[in-house]
Amino acid sequence: MRSPGNAVVPTRTERWVALIGNPNVGKSTLFNALTGGTARTGNYPGVTVERTVGTLRGTPEGTVVRLIDLPGTYSLAARSPDEMVAVDVLLGRRADTPRPAAVVVVLDATNLQRNLYLATQVLEVGLPVVLALNLSDDATKRGLTIDAAALGAALGVRAVATVALRGEGTLELTREILAALDREAPPTPLTWPPALLAAEAELASVLPALTPVERRRALLDVGGEAEARAHAAAPAARAALEAARERLRATGLGPGLEAGVRYGFLAPLVARCVTQPEVAARTHSDRIDAWLTHRLFGTLALVVIMALVFMAIFAWADPLMSLIEEDLIGNLSTWVAGLEILGDGLLKSLLVDGILAGVGGVLIFLPQIVILFGLLALLEGCGYMARAAFLMDRLLRGVGLSGRSFIPMLSSFACAIPGIMATRTIESRRDRIATILVAPLMSCSARIPVYVILIGAFVPAATVLGFLPLQGLVFTAMYFVGILVAIPVAFLLKRTLLKGDTPSFLVELPPYRIPQARVVGRAMWRNGREFVVRAGTLILATSIVVWALGRFPQHPDRGAEGRAEVARFEAAEVRAAELRAIERAAQEQARELGTSQPPAVREAVEEAFRRFEAAELEQVAAVALARDELLQASEVKADGAQQRQSYLGRMGHFVEPVFEPLGWDWKVSMAVIASFPAREVVVGTLGVIYNLGDEADAESETLRQRLKDARWESGPKVGQPVFDLASALALMVFFALCAQCASTLVVIRRETGRWSWAAFTFVYMTALAWVGAWLTALVVRAVT
Amino acid sequence: MAGDGAGLTLAELPVGARGRITGVDGAAGLTQRLLEMGLAPGTEVEVVRFAPLGDPMEIRLWGYLLSLRKGDARGIAVERLA
Repeated sequence: MRSPGNAVVPTRTERWVALIGNPNVGKSTLFNALTGGTARTGNYPGVTVERTVGTLRGTPEGTVVRLIDLPGTYSLAARSPDEMVAVDVLLGRRADTPRPAAVVVVLDATNLQRNLYLATQVLEVGLPVVLALNLSDDATKRGLTIDAAALGAALGVRAVATVALRGEGTLELTREILAALDREAPPTPLTWPPALLAAEAELASVLPALTPVERRRALLDVGGEAEARAHAAAPAARAALEAARERLRATGLGPGLEAGVRYGFLAPLVARCVTQPEVAARTHSDRIDAWLTHRLFGTLALVVIMALVFMAIFAWADPLMSLIEEDLIGNLSTWVAGLEILGDGLLKSLLVDGILAGVGGVLIFLPQIVILFGLLALLEGCGYMARAAFLMDRLLRGVGLSGRSFIPMLSSFACAIPGIMATRTIESRRDRIATILVAPLMSCSARIPVYVILIGAFVPAATVLGFLPLQGLVFTAMYFVGILVAIPVAFLLKRTLLKGDTPSFLVELPPYRIPQARVVGRAMWRNGREFVVRAGTLILATSIVVWALGRFPQHPDRGAEGRAEVARFEAAEVRAAELRAIERAAQEQARELGTSQPPAVREAVEEAFRRFEAAELEQVAAVALARDELLQASEVKADGAQQRQSYLGRMGHFVEPVFEPLGWDWKVSMAVIASFPAREVVVGTLGVIYNLGDEADAESETLRQRLKDARWESGPKVGQPVFDLASALALMVFFALCAQCASTLVVIRRETGRWSWAAFTFVYMTALAWVGAWLTALVVRAVT
Repeated sequence: MAGDGAGLTLAELPVGARGRITGVDGAAGLTQRLLEMGLAPGTEVEVVRFAPLGDPMEIRLWGYLLSLRKGDARGIAVERLA
């Protein structure tokens, strides 16, 4: 008998194994080969690194081994919370991950000396270790012969040669992992200077809560993460660390201590276990590099590749976006709007204007995200990403960023969301956050409708210097506004909020490789899915909130005015129908009398009757059309009336004084507030509020005309036009600089792990937008 | 540990030149990173190229390629090899 609430769970042992290694060693490929695509990706709370866990394949019945893929790193000397994640997982210091029972260190077999540096650090964490000598085919191609057995023996561990891409060596590696689970941790093969060991022993009494590894890292990593942890753990730690470092310096042990000990051990070991050819062969990779990082051709190649990336997210995504917007969301909205069963009430409005609009607002970004991440995975996979960063580093260094920020910034011209997500390749957290914070200043595609409608309405179609179209110039200028503002913003951020060590650009340029379709596909799938699932729900919620603000409180008698108009029209129509009937009777009588008349007269009477019938048809059709138009107009008027007295409308009135200096009335203010979920919404909102219906789009002649006709309803400027060149340009500059995009803010929160950065972005961009708009209005009024 | 006397640094080596590192100096965090990447005393490096705008530079050491800024390379003392 089994009680339903107490299902029998088979007892099975679940062990955890960590996978660690330098970047570009094929660690993730090996992870996939070992787990067979069972991986689940998530985020560690509070940091920006991804957490990937899978299940090891080929384990005996009853044994479950969870493999955790740690972020790629060159060292355990963590200098940020992100880098500390790997150390903490190895030490069992994270609540979300059990301490591993063993560690696999993945090494690049073509560069063992540097890769083994990390391995010797991992050997000190007190866990059994297995070495995977990956890329061993590349090593063979380069003429290297590696004695894996001797290497393993010298370190007290097992070493397995692997080619992760082809799955070679994974069976043996799995066997070694299983064997290592029950093994003891090997003793460290290194000999540390007695002075260091003595200093560590002293620290142990000051910092008993820390593990030996953390104490060593606190002592060796000046300004590192472990040092900060030590300071937090004990007030006496600061003085103790300083004193210990001072004593070490006195015995001649400085910053090179750790590297000296590790490389001092590794150099002879590598010399013994690896036989190298006399002359290193010039590889394909070197030949490709000679072109792709060439002063002239390399720069040209960068321009072409980036133009393609930009085109792809800007233009290729467009058909997919309209597919989602029109064919999917649009048709669905029309269908729902036509459902009789829903009536015309709130429920339908919630479904169409709240939920479907919100879902559309999420899905619309999906093509750009998926395409960009596919391309980024291609560029990263083939090794070009590091080259692009190399080529652009000098330019970005000027504003305190590095070459790593280039691709995220460029992507942001299409859409800030994939751009912000692309900052994951930036290793330095400060650089990454600085890039995230300025990325939304790049003029994204959602701003285009706003520019198009306002330029069309208020910028004269003149030419400058006889050939430059003024409208085009203004459009281009809007793109430069964002760039020009981003420069000082990044510069200031890096000197204030995100101040830190001198930013450096120490980037490995990995050999060119053919990207794997699987990796590219996974990147597209994972990033798309993550965006929809994690950001999507919040974006949807925001849309519904703004919908509710526009919908409540309900107009006491929504559409009464329109209904009265329709009733008057219908009464008039009844009178017209009566007149038509009288006329028809008279015509028919004349025709009757005509039959006894001569043919010429009969023919004339018949002709008059035909003309009457045609006119009658025409009139009926015209009346029907007029009726439809009237109904539609009254609906739009009702929407406008509703918006005017909604919370949103009241907010518009409330903030009008704030925007008054920019030359905007409450209607514009309200449209600005309503466009918080997404900038492009402002066009539709202006349409509704100026009684056009929400079908208004950027190309709409009528919306342009309405904007031109808009007059102040009250205040000192009553009766004057709301929009002139100055206030229209001010509105454009405002939208170029503002953070009116809930999706971006949600993604910033998710990528930085803090709401405070999202709030900061909103506040600083809105403040800049206001100042920018105010200055624009001021300057334009002074000049014109 | 900084190079003294001749005072030649990695940043001053021309493209194609090889050198042996004699000392690494700079901010603590940066020095540690440089050492971790293999830029340790005794290592032989070759200057492969400079980026189109003259900075950063690309070097080869231990059979791999590394890019670093000239400003950081100025803290790396080298002796030039033939």
